[in-house]
Amino acid sequence: MGSRIEILNEAGFRSDGRRQFELRDLTIDLAKHGEADGSALISHGLTQVLVSVYGPREAKMRSHTFHDRANINVEVVVASFSTGERRKRQRGDKRVLEFAATIKSTFEPVIRTNLYPRSQIDIYVQVLQQDGSTLQTCINAATLALMNAGIPMTDFVCAVTGGVHSTSPMLDLSTLEENDIPHVTVAVMPKTKKVVLVTMETRLHVDRFEEILNLARDAGAILHQEMKEAILARSATLVALAEPVTKNQNKGDDDVVMD
Amino acid sequence: MRPPSPSIPEKEFLNSALKQNLRIDGRAPLDMRTPVFIFGPELGWVDCSLGKTRVIAYVDAKMVKPTPERPFEGMITIHSELSPMASSEYETGRPSEEEVTITRMLDKIIKRSDALDKESLCILAGQRVWHIRLSLHFLADAGNMVDCACLAGIVALRHFRRPEVEVIGDDEVIVHSPLERAPMPLAIHHSPFCFTFAFFADPETPPILDPTQLEQRLSAGLMSIALNAQKEICVLQKLGGVPQDTEEVLRLVKVAVAQAKELSNTVDAKLTADWETRKVEVR
Repeated sequence: MGSRIEILNEAGFRSDGRRQFELRDLTIDLAKHGEADGSALISHGLTQVLVSVYGPREAKMRSHTFHDRANINVEVVVASFSTGERRKRQRGDKRVLEFAATIKSTFEPVIRTNLYPRSQIDIYVQVLQQDGSTLQTCINAATLALMNAGIPMTDFVCAVTGGVHSTSPMLDLSTLEENDIPHVTVAVMPKTKKVVLVTMETRLHVDRFEEILNLARDAGAILHQEMKEAILARSATLVALAEPVTKNQNKGDDDVVMD
Repeated sequence: MRPPSPSIPEKEFLNSALKQNLRIDGRAPLDMRTPVFIFGPELGWVDCSLGKTRVIAYVDAKMVKPTPERPFEGMITIHSELSPMASSEYETGRPSEEEVTITRMLDKIIKRSDALDKESLCILAGQRVWHIRLSLHFLADAGNMVDCACLAGIVALRHFRRPEVEVIGDDEVIVHSPLERAPMPLAIHHSPFCFTFAFFADPETPPILDPTQLEQRLSAGLMSIALNAQKEICVLQKLGGVPQDTEEVLRLVKVAVAQAKELSNTVDAKLTADWETRKVEVR
């Protein structure tokens, strides 16, 4: 059935009406979820991921602490209703475990873990809807959730999935495209333009790979702008909310005001 | 139990040596240990070692009923389990993070890259297909188990011969013994080889190919590239570690391309050399 669908038609449009290098609509919600120290609900098109960050806090298990840095713990849950066919993944599923390990190792060099020795940072990832580029969405959501929690990081981590249809590269793939064409996920640090993560699981010629790697790196910079705006907007609302409280305190009785 | 971390003098010695482009075993930074293959008496049994890292791969085939979703395709399964035999780092029971990475990597390189033609394993559509089982035994871990296991697996699959079968009428299958008819090799599309590079936290230290256990433990990140002699990358995995420029990643891909060509020639030569010692076909 896969071959029936035209990945890129003659006019240069993809199956969902996008252009080759067009990213899907990105929505970011940084509102507080429950007790988490920071959380982010973001969607790239129809792929939606919720990430909650707890910490830095005391590790539940003593053996998981390091004397010189914080331990990062990532747990991924893929909702059984997230894909077309309803499937329950078990906790011990190797693919989910690998996914969690990937996210963990992506953030290890970026988070300033040495500032919090003997503690733990928990990143809980909930995949709510999947329509391709799941890893990309998870990494972007985790970046925003970590920032929302106020955890010091050296830079943003922006992930983009790229693929090649015969000779034409494209970005931000949907499930349909991911099933049909080779794809690469690249996570970049926009300030230094260095790549933290590169992962590819399908066969691709070396020359094509070079093209897509550079393209995905540049697309990361675009995502960076969007993510930065969202973070700044969130901080602005928080500052605005905090202001009236301080004003009220100043208006109150003199003997109540401290320092 | 957490493995003992290398001692400080050991660590400093290795780091300062690497900074001068020297490795403890005398290799250049982008040199690979020479693989050694020992073929067993049976077809599909290979003992592959890279230095002291040693993996045994064994292939066997049996007939099974295919799954209803894919009635025309044979099955391939990879069995691998890291036991404490290889290194005290591994424990039995719950798979460690490293073990998950190794098994998933093998799965991706051998199964998902379509190295083996599954349709040619079909005997009778919907009723009988070959089930190829590749078991890997990790005997010793002296660093870079992924590359060694991948190499052993691919060589074992290429070394293996399955019995010739004949279909008579609609549902009768005759399996010919190797004495009657020469066994058939598996239909292999391409042979991917895996190359692992280690990066170090110090920016002056160059990345190295095929790290030993000590180098691997002191490194700040690994990158594995699996590709075939036709310059097609099958799997590329750089998970975290030191952030790198894209130019550096592409440079290492080029190194891997050259290595793959060389390794492919060695493997071809070794397999033909072994084949000549065997009397399988008498005409």
